Amino acid sequence: MLAYLRNLGSKLFRHRQIAEEMDEELRSHIAHRADDLERSGLDRAEAGRRARLEFGARERYREESYEALGGRFFESLLQDVRLALRVLRKSPGFALAAVLTLALAIGANAVVFGVMNALVLHTLNVPDAKSLYGTQYGVDAPFQSYPGYRDLRDRNHSFQDLAAFNFTLGTALDTGNDPQAAGGFATTGNYFTVLDAHPYLGRLYTAADEHGQGSAPYLVLSYGYWHSRFQEDRRVIGRVVSVNKHPFTVIGVAPPGFAGTIMFVSPDFFIPVVEQEVIGGNSLTDRSNTAALFETFGHLKPGVTARQAEADVNRVAAELAKAYPKEFEAKHIVVGRTGLTAFGGAVHGFVAALMALAGMILLAACANLGGLFAAHASDRAREVALRLALGSPRRRILRQLMTEAMLLALAGGTLGVMGGMPLLQRLGAWHPFPGAPLHIPVTTDWRIYAAALALALLSGFLFSIVPVRMVMRAHPYEVVKAGSTARAGRKFTVRDALLVAQIAICALLVTASLVAVRGLVRSVNASYGFDPRNAMTAGVNLANAGYAGARIPQFNRRMIDAVAAIPGVDAVGLVNNYPPLAYAAAWRERVFTEQTRDLTTSHVALRPYRFNVSPGYLKAAGTTLLAGRDFAWSDDKSAPVPALGNRQFALRMFGSINAAMGKHFRIGDGTLVEIVGITEDGKYLSLTEDQEPAILMPSMLYDDPQSYLIVRSRRDPQQLHRLMRAKIHELDAGLTLDIQTWNQLLEVVQFPAKVATMALGALGLMGAILSITGIFGMAAYSVSKRLRELGIRVALGAKRREVLKAALGRAVRLLAFGSVAGLVLGLLATRVLASIVYQATPRDPFVLAGVVLAMALLGLIATWTPAQRALSVDPMILLREE
Amino acid sequence: MPDQAQILPGTLDLLILKAVSLGPLHGYGVLLRIGQISDSALLIEQGALYPALFRLVRQGLLKASWGVSENNRRAKFYELTAAGRKRLREETESWNRLAAAMAASLAARAEGI
Repeated sequence: MLAYLRNLGSKLFRHRQIAEEMDEELRSHIAHRADDLERSGLDRAEAGRRARLEFGARERYREESYEALGGRFFESLLQDVRLALRVLRKSPGFALAAVLTLALAIGANAVVFGVMNALVLHTLNVPDAKSLYGTQYGVDAPFQSYPGYRDLRDRNHSFQDLAAFNFTLGTALDTGNDPQAAGGFATTGNYFTVLDAHPYLGRLYTAADEHGQGSAPYLVLSYGYWHSRFQEDRRVIGRVVSVNKHPFTVIGVAPPGFAGTIMFVSPDFFIPVVEQEVIGGNSLTDRSNTAALFETFGHLKPGVTARQAEADVNRVAAELAKAYPKEFEAKHIVVGRTGLTAFGGAVHGFVAALMALAGMILLAACANLGGLFAAHASDRAREVALRLALGSPRRRILRQLMTEAMLLALAGGTLGVMGGMPLLQRLGAWHPFPGAPLHIPVTTDWRIYAAALALALLSGFLFSIVPVRMVMRAHPYEVVKAGSTARAGRKFTVRDALLVAQIAICALLVTASLVAVRGLVRSVNASYGFDPRNAMTAGVNLANAGYAGARIPQFNRRMIDAVAAIPGVDAVGLVNNYPPLAYAAAWRERVFTEQTRDLTTSHVALRPYRFNVSPGYLKAAGTTLLAGRDFAWSDDKSAPVPALGNRQFALRMFGSINAAMGKHFRIGDGTLVEIVGITEDGKYLSLTEDQEPAILMPSMLYDDPQSYLIVRSRRDPQQLHRLMRAKIHELDAGLTLDIQTWNQLLEVVQFPAKVATMALGALGLMGAILSITGIFGMAAYSVSKRLRELGIRVALGAKRREVLKAALGRAVRLLAFGSVAGLVLGLLATRVLASIVYQATPRDPFVLAGVVLAMALLGLIATWTPAQRALSVDPMILLREE
Repeated sequence: MPDQAQILPGTLDLLILKAVSLGPLHGYGVLLRIGQISDSALLIEQGALYPALFRLVRQGLLKASWGVSENNRRAKFYELTAAGRKRLREETESWNRLAAAMAASLAARAEGI
């Protein structure tokens, strides 16, 4: 590197010497010729003139001589760079505008690329993450039962080894009288072996530690949790802590950066899955319990493709469906990359859309700069003409322009990356939900710098080709004769086209961001089938405090009564597991008609979502009962068990609400159920789902330890929070509670829409800034070019309106044209937007009006200064100047 | 000057080598010498001489050094290197062969075939 620089330096030094020598030699030649001419009788001055004339195009021969000397690439490059710097110093406004515009565009692209790098290209932080495949999370995915996993592990021919994991959400970890909520993974024993993970401290459990249910009470801490909860205390190894009141021995700490096998989630600890049922989790023996595991995964054997693995897995599924027709449903199973799970498609789509929008920003910036650059170059038409006249090859002039463009692009790129990197780092450190171990795994690495460099070079190239045509066509004689005053042509030029393109793209971005904002507002105000306003939720996992069996519904009843006694509380109800929409955790029940005796999966009539709720839940949740009655505490297990259906369930199962009332059906375990009431429809798993059927079952007939209390009250949430905590802790001080407003709980489900809105909003803002600079540049340029003409108009008595029209009419027309084009594009992009943002539709009068208004406003702001300048033209000064 | 001929492409280098072989010359001197030995029949644009000179220097056929001319001006003088002399010999031979062949071809008459 140093040698290279020295070499370059010596070349640079020699270059100057060679240039001087060459000049001297050419001068000497001309002097000798002049001597001869003088001897033939001419006077000295005339002889010198003739000698120079006879010599020919000196500049060209000098260039050719340089070339003849050979190996001058770096010299001429340095020469170009020096000249470019000089030119740019002479027009600092142009340089600054160009660099800032590019910095904005390249910065935005670098950030989006960083996100893509993390989410799509980089996947999990484990060795060989690219060959990790497995079955994905989904409703009733059959391999998500523990026996299903074991069968797949033993019967497949595609995976080197198959591991699996599940969440232990809602668990409490107690190091001795300080139970705190902590999120962990329950994993198969071979988990760390499959991932090739090595302990930071102590050891990691292996398959050899498992000997059946409850045989491996070992716990591995994540590095981050070891840091935050145990202050990196190395003596923690061997200590006994309790998870949901069950003792576990801490055996090791996972390496830093190891965050399990699902993106966005970093678990606090890992325990063997054989302990899952012990701490109150899903059953490991029930083949139909498809919530026992979240995903299975493993490295594919060498040479096995994902498609082959999928065929293999489905072969096993078909075998199992034959062997266990009641529990195992033969449906097509998708094998995919581990990490993004079933959200992979949505995440990829979102990132692709973002990348496309960021690309558009860059394109708009290039169009903007192309216009500016062409204007800048045409201002220098005289210089270019002179150089051409002196014999400089056009190729050389183009290279000079290109060098200028590249310098600007590199400066802009550097600035953009400098701004983008801190943003990415902050994004990586961001924990959007304090209650959940979620984060965006963004890291900054060389790929981002490489991408930014490539983008800078590309954009430099793009905007420098705009003036190429002008240089190729330039006719030195014409330009020198006409001077630099531009004609106020009526012709539609390349620059105009660029401006229209740029404004169209910007209008599209503004449309997109407005659509996104509207979509978010709508999704927040949409009907969920319950009313999250003025409602508090309290998540409680009774397994944390050692409750089991019949004690669970009993304790639930006591909690409900205790909280209902708080003054100002209007209604209290309870829902098992999670309330609708929270953490996308809804699960489905298999429903059969009353007459069905053979409860195999092929006879399922409907798969509604199922929630277990207490009496009073409907009132607390604000769900309207359309017909029939709510549950009563007196309802018991005697057949038929009462149930509520939503409107969709009634329609799909029985044809109408009236027809459904009092009807019977069977659920997956064969229980006969009677419909006692019909509720309104709602959203259950995600905001964007189609209308789904759902049933509600009485929670007091079951013993699910995990549930949420729903408390409807107009009291101040903070006060209510304290009172609820106190009341419940009066009943049992050892319970860990997750108390938040219902809207806070829903933030997770609204998160994608929020992120999309933020991203689109930011890009829309950039689009707006770019269109301002574009219109401003064009308007300012045309005013400055035509100042003299405007001066004459003013001198001849033109009115203000006419001057303005002459000066800016074109800019305004182009703006209008571009905006309409952008709006039309925005309308066409509906589908893309709708896939990202819930309820996004640009066919929305508010959005249309908003875009038109926004563009008009942008135009007004951008043309304001040039307009002022046009109006303040003093004809006398202008005319005197010429 | 209708009696002057444009030189063929590629022959300029040979002419320069020949001119310089008769004694060290500066650039303008090369021009004069070519005029002199060709009896002013060959036209070279003055500036075009220099790229060719530099090319020959770079190929190691000529070497250059600064000196003082007969007009008492500083000038760069060119002289042949050993490689230049060899090249001149080869090029002269091949030129003569070509010229003879061309002359014979163009002199051919119908009855001679």
